[in-house]
Amino acid sequence: MPERILEDLEPVAGNGLLHRRLFLKGSAAVLGAGSLGLMTAAPAKELPPWMRGPGRPLSGYGTRSPYEAGVQRQVLAATGTDGAGGSWTPLEALEGMITPNPLHFERHHSGIPEIDPHRHRLLIHGMVDRALFFDMDALSRYPMVSRIQFIECSGNSYLAGLPARPINDTCGALHGLVSCSEWTGVPLSILLDEAGVDPAAGWIMAEGADAAAMNRSVPMAKAMDDALLALYQNGERLRPEQGYPLRLFLPGYEGNMSIKWLRRIKVTAAPSMTREETSKYSDLLPDGRTLLFTYPMDVKSVITSPSPGLELKEPGLYQISGMAWSGAGRIARVEVSADGGATWGEAALCEPVLDKAVTRFRMAWRWNGAETVIMSRAADEAGEMQPTRDAIIAAKGTKFAYHYNGIQAWRVDGKGQVSNVYA
Amino acid sequence: MSTRSLPALIAVVLAVGVLAQEGPELGIEATPEEVAEWDIGIEPDGEGLPPGSGTALEGEPVYTLYCFSCHGVEGEGLLNDVLVGGHGTLDGPAPRKTVGSFWPYATTVFDYIRRTMPYQEPQSLSDDQVYALTAYLLFLNGIIGKDEEMDAETLPEVRMPNRDNFILAWPPQDNE
Ligand code: HEC
Repeated sequence: MPERILEDLEPVAGNGLLHRRLFLKGSAAVLGAGSLGLMTAAPAKELPPWMRGPGRPLSGYGTRSPYEAGVQRQVLAATGTDGAGGSWTPLEALEGMITPNPLHFERHHSGIPEIDPHRHRLLIHGMVDRALFFDMDALSRYPMVSRIQFIECSGNSYLAGLPARPINDTCGALHGLVSCSEWTGVPLSILLDEAGVDPAAGWIMAEGADAAAMNRSVPMAKAMDDALLALYQNGERLRPEQGYPLRLFLPGYEGNMSIKWLRRIKVTAAPSMTREETSKYSDLLPDGRTLLFTYPMDVKSVITSPSPGLELKEPGLYQISGMAWSGAGRIARVEVSADGGATWGEAALCEPVLDKAVTRFRMAWRWNGAETVIMSRAADEAGEMQPTRDAIIAAKGTKFAYHYNGIQAWRVDGKGQVSNVYA
Repeated sequence: MSTRSLPALIAVVLAVGVLAQEGPELGIEATPEEVAEWDIGIEPDGEGLPPGSGTALEGEPVYTLYCFSCHGVEGEGLLNDVLVGGHGTLDGPAPRKTVGSFWPYATTVFDYIRRTMPYQEPQSLSDDQVYALTAYLLFLNGIIGKDEEMDAETLPEVRMPNRDNFILAWPPQDNE
């Protein structure tokens, strides 16, 4: 059986990258062999404990296996606070395109408010015909849409590529301020239409009901296009960490703008120049000037396995798995290199490939045991290609802190240990 | 119309019916008083600034009481953000972004302090206190004098040193 698999795999790029469709065939063959073996093995007395009696009772709300308890977000908060900071999704421990709700990344500026939905209302006012309050009961009667889309903090990946020397940490600690969920809610345009927007209005200001009263300006074009007032995340009501009971969701835009715990939308002529869009979330250029309002998240990809902390135990056949996403639309292509960028092979994109969603890519790789550098680069349907770290730094310097999307290189050493390198 | 295009037409009509969404009009009209109570924001032209006033002289003891523990002596930073200095560092290799060296609008300082500081008890200070704290931070950064009174008229007039160094990336420029 193993020999057959070897024959099936065709090289597609240098240093052991293998044809993607044949890998699937190969793994099916391995699976078949395994289950055949089980039929004759394990006499009854060797049953594992969990087969010898009924398991634990049914429950009203599920919990994960205790063996998975180590899969945790990495938490970092400002000194003296426990709620102004972020928690990074452990990307290296996850698969597929959806982030489980309890592992969705967080970024808060003054903790997580515990909001009573019966006392929560949204006010829409400013340049409108009539200022309107909406309570949560009312909102639940509005037409809703559901979309699977990513949200990413614009500070994501800063740690992976902009410090002077590479920081060696897990994939999640370096790139985990991105998550992907199915979001369900009411298109904001419906409520704005109901309030009657003044044609001279160009912006909205959205504000949260947390202690930071976090607020951002959003161009009216975006508010009227695909902005969502999200009520549900992956089918259940939003988690408090994600804005319960109501958040703004702006597909493809930097996460900070998708105001959580949404309480107020003011329709304005011009941007409100809030602290969060001037002091923070603005991009300092080498010459000392600063870009304001850099909203879309650019195309990015990262190999989640193998990645730091997930060592390769021995030479042999592995599956490279990673994620790609773009604020401009669908992922068109992901290429993988296993020889430091000398040659590239096209990875298989896992269906469905959706607009502004995380797309899972996979690629077969036979590691020969020698030290090498693996990397991935994504292109989106708008024709943008993920740039190299060098190209970004040449264009924007290293002071900008937000919107870094350089190609991530992982070094695999001769022992199979993986680390972050600048390549 | 050929018979073959009829189903296509129906499909288009159905799709439009789904997309052209209409709400049940359940919004409750808010009174001007309610709106005024909810609207805590200040616009860069000063819209929203409340009555009241304060100077840096008045702000210093307020700062010591409510802000010093986290932001340090004269805003030099302790547990949390440095609030003064950094002037002239933005084009160098080690930029220091502070209220004084970086923020484009003085109105944002008032807005931010009032909406969320002090960290443990936001929106607990009086508008006079917030004007005084704003004046104090502007004074520490060498932007206004110690006796200069900040109010709804004078604050929007304050010219922040870094004001002209921002480039708007929105709306996207076609010629880029
Ligand atoms: C318990 C600690 C604490 C106290 C007390 C406190 N702050 Fe803060 N301050 C913070 C934290 C934390 C942040 C950053 C919050 C975030 O992550 O967005 C901050 C941010 C700020 C900023 C924004 C700095 C920037 O460059 O973006 C200003 C201005 C500020 N505080 C002013 C004040 C004033 C004025 C007071 C007193 C009324 C005060 N703070 C009291 C903790 C504190």
